Amino acid sequence: MTTPGRPRISLLGTSALLFEAPGAFDLPHQRRIWALAAAASRWPGIREAIPGITNLMLTFETPPRELDGLIAALNDGWDAAEGLAIGGREIRLPVNYGGEVGSSLQSVADHCGLSVDDVVSIHAAPLYTVFALGSHPGYCYLGGMDPRITMPRRQIPLQRSAGGSVSIGGSQTGVSASPGPSGWHAIGHTSWTFFDPSWPSPAALAPGDTIRFEIKQVIR
Amino acid sequence: MIEILSVTGPASVQDLGRFDQYRFGIGTAGAMDDVALRAGNILLGNDENAAGIEIPMVPFRLRFDRDMAFALTGAGVEAEIDGRVIPPWWRSHARAGDLLDIKAMPRGARLYLTVGGGIDVPMVLGSRSTQFRGEFGGLHGRPLQPGDILPCTASAATIGELGVEPAEITLARPNTAADETIVRVVIAGEYDGFDAATQALFWSSSWKITPQSNRYGYRLQGPAVKPRVPIEKRSHGIVPGVIQIPPNGQPIIQMRDAQTSGGYPKIATVIRADLWRVGQARLGSKLRFEQTAYAEALAAEAEMSAYIERLRTIVRLIEEIRTCRSS
Repeated sequence: MTTPGRPRISLLGTSALLFEAPGAFDLPHQRRIWALAAAASRWPGIREAIPGITNLMLTFETPPRELDGLIAALNDGWDAAEGLAIGGREIRLPVNYGGEVGSSLQSVADHCGLSVDDVVSIHAAPLYTVFALGSHPGYCYLGGMDPRITMPRRQIPLQRSAGGSVSIGGSQTGVSASPGPSGWHAIGHTSWTFFDPSWPSPAALAPGDTIRFEIKQVIR
Repeated sequence: MIEILSVTGPASVQDLGRFDQYRFGIGTAGAMDDVALRAGNILLGNDENAAGIEIPMVPFRLRFDRDMAFALTGAGVEAEIDGRVIPPWWRSHARAGDLLDIKAMPRGARLYLTVGGGIDVPMVLGSRSTQFRGEFGGLHGRPLQPGDILPCTASAATIGELGVEPAEITLARPNTAADETIVRVVIAGEYDGFDAATQALFWSSSWKITPQSNRYGYRLQGPAVKPRVPIEKRSHGIVPGVIQIPPNGQPIIQMRDAQTSGGYPKIATVIRADLWRVGQARLGSKLRFEQTAYAEALAAEAEMSAYIERLRTIVRLIEEIRTCRSS
């Protein structure tokens, strides 16, 4: 076994700090991030602890004078973090793969050396876990994608992509909750409401929930 | 109430922003020039977080439906109320039926109209700021249109005219060329992924602000700045001010409507004390980055807070003197 790496901690100006965990992009690591987030959100001076994909952003109520204490607390917190298992609910999402919205389906297939049908069946096979919310209101980052359909993000982000886009960015996948700019590749479309500011909790899904994509149709 | 008569470009209702909803994927939104919004609110005796109208393009016209105090801060504009010229960073009094006509914007990029008591749109998730993506906050979560009626909590009490020195003068940075904005940045996570020559290029270049720059982000144009090897990050939280380098090597500064997370490498972050300068930098003008340490960035913030505190004190003293004289 190789020695586990150490976390990376970097500044986002004076308003936030980013903690990046070492190791794989998988559920056990993400569960430790959830545990660390739950602990860090109670620390003094911290406004919010926001899980990303095997990383954690802390925003400051007031920026700390000295960062050493916070950095030590994060490192210790990570070492001590037992995986927090969140028992979420399971959502089934029918997807129209390809078509106007999912216009990158063919280019993902070409990039990965697979057929369109392969990309669709590989994408729809796993039970995905919501790892984190981010990007835009109600958007869920999903863990569990098969690495065979990995495709790097766009060279230049699109100014506008459709709401409900099912997209791939690097080794991640997700569904956009509303139209907006995106650096990812859309391979399909779903209609489902992920976000409503009038709900008691404005996002429909939370970390720990699971999603299964159902192939409604494949448009070539 | 205020009635919008004509709008050019995406004007919107903004307060200082929505700061504690990141975990739902909700960014800050809020005024691109928070200093100007605060100053307008201070001139009017409002809560500094009261909502105003952010106006990025002119002409812009509106009518006041009742007597109320208002202030114009931020960009330098040619503006008239009922035919009278309004000086910059000035508080005036409108009468019912008066027309406010913003004709030109010779300096800066965003004007703030604040009214006594603030624009009274509903508070959504802790803020009145317009959140375009997701369409909530502000007025129906969208840019203002002709015919829109904005409710105001304004009192009809007449208050005297009053002005303060614009922040761009008081907080001017030394050695700034005309048409160039220098902003201080703290280096970010992937800075070391760029070799020394590329880092030097990032600091020495004068970056052009392209027309694809808006409340989401400022897309810059200059020499390609690329990391030694391509960097594809796992998605992580980002904040306004973060400078990402997409694979084409052209920096993007995340602004108030930016996504709350991203995966492009980050070379640096514009410090909070200078982000308003980016918000006032015009399309087609140049930006230059100056490296600063975390402690210096905190000192710059303290300086900014002191400036705001000074404004508050000056306005209060003038009000007190006027009250003494009139009583």
